Amino acid sequence: MANLQLREAIRAAMVEEMERDERIFLIGEEVAEYNGAYKVSEGMLDQFGAKRVIDTPISENGFAGLGVGAAMNGLRPIVEFMTFNFSFVAIDQIINNAAKIRYMSGGQFGVPIVFRGPNGAAGQLAATHNTSTESIYATIPGLKVVAPSNPDDAKGLLKSAIRDDDPVVFLESEVMYGMRGEVSDEADYIIPLGKARIARQGKDVTIVAHSKSYHLAMKAADALVEQGFDPEVIDPRTIRPLDMDSIVESIRKTNRCVIIDESNPFASISSEIAFQIQQHAFDHLDAPIIRITAKDTPAPYAKNLMEFYMPQVSDAVEACRQVMYAN
Amino acid sequence: MDTTQANGRGNPERASISFSVDTFAREEHDHQELGLSDSQVLDMYRNMLLQRRFEERAAQMYGKQKISGFLHLYIGQEAVSTGAANAIRVGRDSVITAYRDHGLGLALGMSADECMAELFGKQHGCSRGKGGSMHYFSKELGFYGGHGIVGAHIPVATGIAFAHKYKEDDGVALCFFGDGAVGQGSFHEALNLAGLYKLPVVFIIENNQYAMGTAIHRAFAETDFFKHAVGYNMPAAVADGMDVFDVYNAITKQVSLARSFQPSILEIRTYRYRGHSMSDPGNYRTKEELDSRKNDDPIIRLKAYIIGRGIGTNEMLDAFDEEVKSIVLRSVEFADNDPFPELDEIYDNVYTQKDYPFLSWQTPR
Repeated sequence: MANLQLREAIRAAMVEEMERDERIFLIGEEVAEYNGAYKVSEGMLDQFGAKRVIDTPISENGFAGLGVGAAMNGLRPIVEFMTFNFSFVAIDQIINNAAKIRYMSGGQFGVPIVFRGPNGAAGQLAATHNTSTESIYATIPGLKVVAPSNPDDAKGLLKSAIRDDDPVVFLESEVMYGMRGEVSDEADYIIPLGKARIARQGKDVTIVAHSKSYHLAMKAADALVEQGFDPEVIDPRTIRPLDMDSIVESIRKTNRCVIIDESNPFASISSEIAFQIQQHAFDHLDAPIIRITAKDTPAPYAKNLMEFYMPQVSDAVEACRQVMYAN
Repeated sequence: MDTTQANGRGNPERASISFSVDTFAREEHDHQELGLSDSQVLDMYRNMLLQRRFEERAAQMYGKQKISGFLHLYIGQEAVSTGAANAIRVGRDSVITAYRDHGLGLALGMSADECMAELFGKQHGCSRGKGGSMHYFSKELGFYGGHGIVGAHIPVATGIAFAHKYKEDDGVALCFFGDGAVGQGSFHEALNLAGLYKLPVVFIIENNQYAMGTAIHRAFAETDFFKHAVGYNMPAAVADGMDVFDVYNAITKQVSLARSFQPSILEIRTYRYRGHSMSDPGNYRTKEELDSRKNDDPIIRLKAYIIGRGIGTNEMLDAFDEEVKSIVLRSVEFADNDPFPELDEIYDNVYTQKDYPFLSWQTPR
């Protein structure tokens, strides 16, 4: 095992795949000479040269579309968005082109492309720089959406995403880039898309949480253990396809569920998971599902408002106690 | 093209731009001087006629409700598609266009059967009934679609060209779009990237004077679209879209630039005889305007050339007409008899993986 930061694990996945396959290239703003806005691609220009690590102008719609065309014509692009907030400028390319061309062409043209970069809230950046985009992209048939919570998963999942023949939206996190973790140094370390990870086994309540929210879930679980409960924590890792088998199996055991999702609540990932649980495990539920999400507002700037906007560990603990009727 | 411009490195007291563009005279081209044989000219005529008859019949089938949704006809613009298809290496070079795509598909060599069946939404349509009129594709012929969002395929064209350069396969990309697309940001982003990375692509503006019902002078501060080339440091040319030889000549020249990694703009001035789509009566233009344009019909012009030069006779060209009419009629029969897609085909090609797991969670277990 190697102890790596999240950014290093993501870089390792890209480097290994680019060494393996000449068709892969990395394109985006500041990825080459600046070594990455968050230093994810540090050193990659030196290793692979300007043909394969390519700086762009500030032109998200243009370079995302360039990636789509290159993928249709036999290459395997990795398109980096400096943040997924900027992906909205390119959303037509992601939703109308990348996701739909295989379907509309009757299977003639595939689009093997990865759109990656940081997603979600990252502090007092105000409304335009704090959006969680997973539910927006996960609603689109033709896209896959991945949101790892730790360096090991990030490496294994990104390698899968790069090898995937369909477009993958790979969501990272600014505030997690420096987070360290043990990462497998297995020569060809692959984690398949669509498989959740049971992070903590338990029998009293199931907490489902991905990406940054997963860490909040684990803190809540620790607090609950101190209070004498035995929670189970599931990290879906992939949002689409969603590993409902693992979630339903867990609900059948615990009969209770709390979902933590820092997206805005309406029509979010938590809505979908809650719907799927009631459809597939209705008879196993002993309490209504509760979800902990961001507030239903744009992200504010003021420190106190931003803390209030974001899900907190105490909210999650309280929700778990509530579904367990422990209050 | 000759440009002298302020390049941002200093602060010139006075900046000036001079710009020259290849334009093609309206006097008659000589096909032999362009390197075209008599039989190639006859093939061009036959192909333009095929597009015309195919679409006339498609319009009729739309009236009979055999075809639904949008149907955008290319009638009047056939010289552009045929001229282009003859100027490239079909299958090795790449072509991409917007939603008015039947003409290019047929010009590149797609069969009338697969094209008509797609309009009918049938199983053996080129896109298996998933795309319809706006989404013709042929991987084999290097035809990258058929795209429904105005201007969205222009960045995709830069990517196709990027891949040609990356793979060093000597391919070029032709990117067709209408005058309306010039108003989209994607046009400008794509041209900047192509100019910056020196990509093998020709941006071909089919200026048919109208974006749906909006005449160009009502939509654009600058209606000489070729002038946008200045901003992206690329050469430009203007061609007469009613003359297949002029189109052929212009695209041949721009393609040779692209092959040496010089992207360019080609503005082709053409005219759309029909409405924007089947639901458009075209009230925004006068009957006089339409009639005056019909004298310019590219098929009539080519016919006059063929007869005048003794390349073919009236009888021969009439026989072509009968031939393409019967091809089109057979395509209607083929499309009519072809089965609709099976209902479970709705899940095919959403993803590469056939049993994509998410899909199985749609229904209760």
